[in-house]
Amino acid sequence: MDSTITTAAEENTWGGGNRPLGASYGKLMMWFFLVSDALTFSGFLAAYGFSRFKFIETWPIADEVFTHVPFFHGNYPMYYVAFMTFILIMSSVTMVLAVDAGHRMKKNSVIWYMFLTIIGGAIFVGSQAWEWATFINGDYGAVETKGGRILQFVKADTGERAALNDFAKTIPGDRVAHENKNGIWFYDEGYRPSYTVNEVIEGFKTNSNIVVRTETINAEGEKMVLSRQESLSKLQSAVQVVEGANLIHNEYGSRLFADFFFFITGFHGFHVFSGVLINLIIFFNVALGTYEKRGHYEMVEKVGLYWHFVDLVWVFVFTFFYLV
Amino acid sequence: MADAHKLEIFRGLLKFKSNTQKIWGILIFLTIVTAVEVALGITKPKALTGTTFLGMKILNWIFIILTLVKAYYIAWDFMHLRDEKSALRRAIVWTPIFLVAYLIFILLFEADYIYNVFKDGFVTWNF
Repeated sequence: MDSTITTAAEENTWGGGNRPLGASYGKLMMWFFLVSDALTFSGFLAAYGFSRFKFIETWPIADEVFTHVPFFHGNYPMYYVAFMTFILIMSSVTMVLAVDAGHRMKKNSVIWYMFLTIIGGAIFVGSQAWEWATFINGDYGAVETKGGRILQFVKADTGERAALNDFAKTIPGDRVAHENKNGIWFYDEGYRPSYTVNEVIEGFKTNSNIVVRTETINAEGEKMVLSRQESLSKLQSAVQVVEGANLIHNEYGSRLFADFFFFITGFHGFHVFSGVLINLIIFFNVALGTYEKRGHYEMVEKVGLYWHFVDLVWVFVFTFFYLV
Repeated sequence: MADAHKLEIFRGLLKFKSNTQKIWGILIFLTIVTAVEVALGITKPKALTGTTFLGMKILNWIFIILTLVKAYYIAWDFMHLRDEKSALRRAIVWTPIFLVAYLIFILLFEADYIYNVFKDGFVTWNF
């Protein structure tokens, strides 16, 4: 029988040193990590989809949330995110060029391309930070109802959004600050919005051009705007003024939107940040000639895989957060 | 393997002379796809938002398909999956696709069910 005969080839099959997938150990491990990380991100995005489908009629419209571009005033939905996407794809390109130069053992090209990749990554992380800051600071302000829903304000004649300080009345009043020395149990005052609910409602009453916009999305895919009368009765259930967004309150609409925004873009931003750090380490190794001595630039290829993966994830985050 | 890059994309429709040239070609392609996505996202053509397929707007289907197209070219050409052995490629690609498709299926169905409970199940939440 054939199986009883030990051939040299068979010995090689079980003797180790085989590469059935034609990839080195390090590269395979990087792929293992990337697949598991892809599953993590998919879990987050699927959870986002879950919450969104649960509140499909009241979910915030991304175009109306992310409308800012640094150094420019006005309403520019998506342009900045599109720019960020392009930056990340561009840095992916310089990374793959670095890998290509590494294959051809061109040390100086690798250095340059790695450098450009790091710059691209830094620009992206910076943009992300700016995006967060803008989101946290907020735009127009809104009020939150007893049920935790958000009521925004629009101008009745133009349909444009109205900021709270466009119409809210300033009612002078004495406010006794609770001080440390007076309390048995003292809580810091914390964050206070610029107006009280009462000031917003009074301002609303005197300003006939302001109406309330609810979270509900109508058949045209736009947020529902109430009449003056409905607005006023809706405002009776307002309990607090919300400016900006955090994990508990969100002036743009559903608070889950802010939670997922912070969590998913934060997790991705953390990946980009660590990617930049790893790229930096490899950059210095290349510059010191470590891989030149080793005879191959596979390390650049491995961090390259990670870097492209970060780009790949962003493509999905971009779609599901900003486009869909 | 390292030097043997496959230089054809679009099933051989487009052949590049070198790997570097292919990289720039892919960049141009990805940029065009992103530009199309952004343009559609800003204009939101009525024809695409009005009609739905499987409960989702046609426009959103287009976004998702274009995203998968981009993901394909990033994985295949930037991450060199095109040059890897097909066994490795399949292990990497089909494992997450299977798991994620299943996850999305159960989560979105469950979410839709909860949406209906909130809507007609005598639960007040929007007040």
